[in-house]
Amino acid sequence: MAVIIEKNTKILIQGFTGKMGTFHAEEMIKYGSNVVGGVTPGKGGQKHLDKPVFNTVKDAVKHTGATASILFVPPAFAADSAMEAADAGIKTCVAIVDGIPSHDMIRIKRYMRRYSKNDKMTLVGPNCAGIISPGKSMLGIMPGHIYKEGRVGIISRSGTLGYEAAQQMKNLNIGISTSVGIGGDPINGSSFRDIIEKFETDDETDAILMIGEIGGPQEVAAGEFAKENMKKPVIGYIAGLTAPKGRVMGHAGAIVSAYGESAIEKVEILKECGVTISKNPSVMGDTVKSIIEKI
Amino acid sequence: MDIHEYQAKEILASFGVTIPRGGIVYSPETAENKAREIGGSKWVVKAQIHSGARGKAGGVIVCNSPLEVAQATDKLLGKKLVTNQTGPEGKIVNRIYIEEATDIEKELYLGLVFDRSSESIMVVASTEGGMSVEEIAKEKPESIIRSKIEVAVGIQNFQARELAFGLGIEPELIRRASETIIGCAKAFSELDATMVEVNPLVISKQKQILALDCKMSFDNNAMFRRDKVSELRDKTQEDEKEVYASDRGLNYVSLDGNIGNIINGAGLAMASMDMIKLAGGEPANFLDVGGGATPEKIVKAFRLITMDKKVKVILVNIFAGINRCDWVAEGIVQALEKIEIKVPLVIRLAGTNVEKGNKILQESKLNYIEANTLEDAANKAVAALK
Repeated sequence: MAVIIEKNTKILIQGFTGKMGTFHAEEMIKYGSNVVGGVTPGKGGQKHLDKPVFNTVKDAVKHTGATASILFVPPAFAADSAMEAADAGIKTCVAIVDGIPSHDMIRIKRYMRRYSKNDKMTLVGPNCAGIISPGKSMLGIMPGHIYKEGRVGIISRSGTLGYEAAQQMKNLNIGISTSVGIGGDPINGSSFRDIIEKFETDDETDAILMIGEIGGPQEVAAGEFAKENMKKPVIGYIAGLTAPKGRVMGHAGAIVSAYGESAIEKVEILKECGVTISKNPSVMGDTVKSIIEKI
Repeated sequence: MDIHEYQAKEILASFGVTIPRGGIVYSPETAENKAREIGGSKWVVKAQIHSGARGKAGGVIVCNSPLEVAQATDKLLGKKLVTNQTGPEGKIVNRIYIEEATDIEKELYLGLVFDRSSESIMVVASTEGGMSVEEIAKEKPESIIRSKIEVAVGIQNFQARELAFGLGIEPELIRRASETIIGCAKAFSELDATMVEVNPLVISKQKQILALDCKMSFDNNAMFRRDKVSELRDKTQEDEKEVYASDRGLNYVSLDGNIGNIINGAGLAMASMDMIKLAGGEPANFLDVGGGATPEKIVKAFRLITMDKKVKVILVNIFAGINRCDWVAEGIVQALEKIEIKVPLVIRLAGTNVEKGNKILQESKLNYIEANTLEDAANKAVAALK
C-alpha cells in the first residue's frame, strides 16, 4: 500500500467546473486517477467530464464515497473549502492554490483540531504540486510521465525542483513510490516531518529524498525526527544558498528570518542528523543512487 | 508589504496605542508650521523610509526651534539615506514626520510575529528596548519574554498583564501597558499583518506609555481584502525593477551579480542560482515566471532582465511539465523576435518533449548556447562571461 493515496482512492475535485479544475481533472483522469466527481456550489446535479457535480462536499461524499479531494478554488475561498472538506469526512485534501493568506492557514489548522486523530484530514499544501504514487494515482498537477514507479519517496516544497529530481532519477532508472509536494508557504497543512514519518512506515518505500529550501524550521525538525526515529536513509537538498537574508524568494515561506533558516545552516544541521546531502541540485539523482545501491 | 513609521503609528493609535503628537510634512515650510501646531519646545524630525536604523544613518534629527525643524526637514527631503538595511543604493526620503520630543525614562521592546514552529502569533517583549531584536537575542537573551496568542480567541488580558509585569512595569501603569499590548495584537490579527514592532516602547518621565518607533508588515496574499492597507504601499521605497516585476505578476528579487536568470518555479530558481554560484558566477537576480512559463510571462521576463544593465549573460532554465518544452520554446522564439538581446544567452530546457523543444530553438534564428543539465547550464553561463 502506498502512503496517503492508493490506486482506487476516490477523488473529488473542488472547483470542478472552473478552467483550472477542468484542465487538471482531465489530466488526472488520463493518468488513471479515480476521479468520482466534483463540487461547484450552485451547479449540483449537472455532469462535467462525464462525472457528477455536487453543491456541497457532504453531498458528494454521501453519493460517491470519496475520501480524497483536490482544491482548485481561488485563494480567497480556499480556507473555507479546505474546512468544508475536513468536515465532510475527506481524509486527504490537496490544496494546489498559491496565495492563501497566512492568517487563514492558521485558522484552518486550528479548526482541524476539533477532530480526533483518526478522523482528522491530512491537508497537503497549499502552493504545491500535489501527490503522485506512480502507476497508481495522481492527486496533483505534476507531469505524471516523468515519475517512474519504484521505491524512493520524495518530499519537496517546490514543484518544478521536485520534477527536476524525478527526471534525474528516471534518467538513472530509479523509481518513486510516492512524491509529495508540501508547498512553499510559511504555514502549510503537512510538514516534512509529517510526511517523512508516513514514509518510514511505508513498506513500499526504501529511502526518502527531501527537497527543502531556506526559511522556517521544518527541514531541521524532519532531520531531528529522522535522527531519533528512522531506519530508512534520508537524502536531502536545500535550495537557496545564494538567497539574501530577509528577502522573500518567490515562495512566501522562503525567507531567512532566524538562526538555522539559511541553506548553509540547514545543511550543517541535517548532516549532523545523518542526512546525506546532495552537494548541488544537478546531482540529486546521483546522490539517491549512491545511497540506495548500499541498501 | 512594508509601510512607513507614521502609517504604522496611525494604525496602532486607532487600536488604542498612545503615540507622541506628530504629523507628516512634505516641505520645510509646512514643517515649521507643523512644529508650532504640535507645540512644546523640542521636536524630532524623522525621515520616513522603509528601513530601521535610520538614527545611525542621520535620518533622525532633534531640534530646539521651529526654524531648526524647517532646516532639518530641508536637509533630509530628497536625500538618499543609506542604512545597514537598505543596501548601498539607499532609499529616498520623500516624507518627513515631525514629532514632539519625549522625556524617556525607560525603553522597552515589543514585537509580534508569526511563529512558524507553533503556527501561531508570538508576542516577544524585552526590557532592552532601542536595540534590534537580533542584538537583544544575542546580547541579552535572558531579557526576552514570549507569549503565544491562541488565534481562535485572540490575546487574553492575563497574557498582556503577564507580559507587562514581566517587563517590570510599575503597578499603576500595568493597565495602560496591557492595553498597548492588546492593541498591537488586535491590529496584527485584524489587518493580516505579518509583523508589528514597537521599538522602543517607552515609559516617559510623565508616566505615559508611548510607542516611539513603529514598524508593520503585511501579508501580500491578504491584500485582496485589505483595501485601506494596500493604499499605504509606497513604491518609491521599493526597487524599481521589483515594482515592474510585481506589477506584471513575476516574482523577482534584484541581486548584485551579473548572470541574469529566467526560471520557472521558486525552488528551481533558487537551485539554479546556487548552481551558478558553485560554478564560480554570481546571479544578478531571482526570477520565477511561474510553473506554467507562459509566452506572455517569458516576454515580460526578458524585458525585465534587459532593463538590468549589470547583466552580462542571461540564463533561461525551464522545466516544462504539462506545458511541454516545444510550447515553451515557441514562446522563447516569439519573445526574442520582439526583444533584442545583446549579451550571450544560455537556454536549458528539461521535461516533457525536450527534444522537440530544442529542435525548435535550433531551427530558429536565435543566437544562443544550448545546455542540457542544471550543471551544464551554469557552467556555460559562467564561461560565457569571458
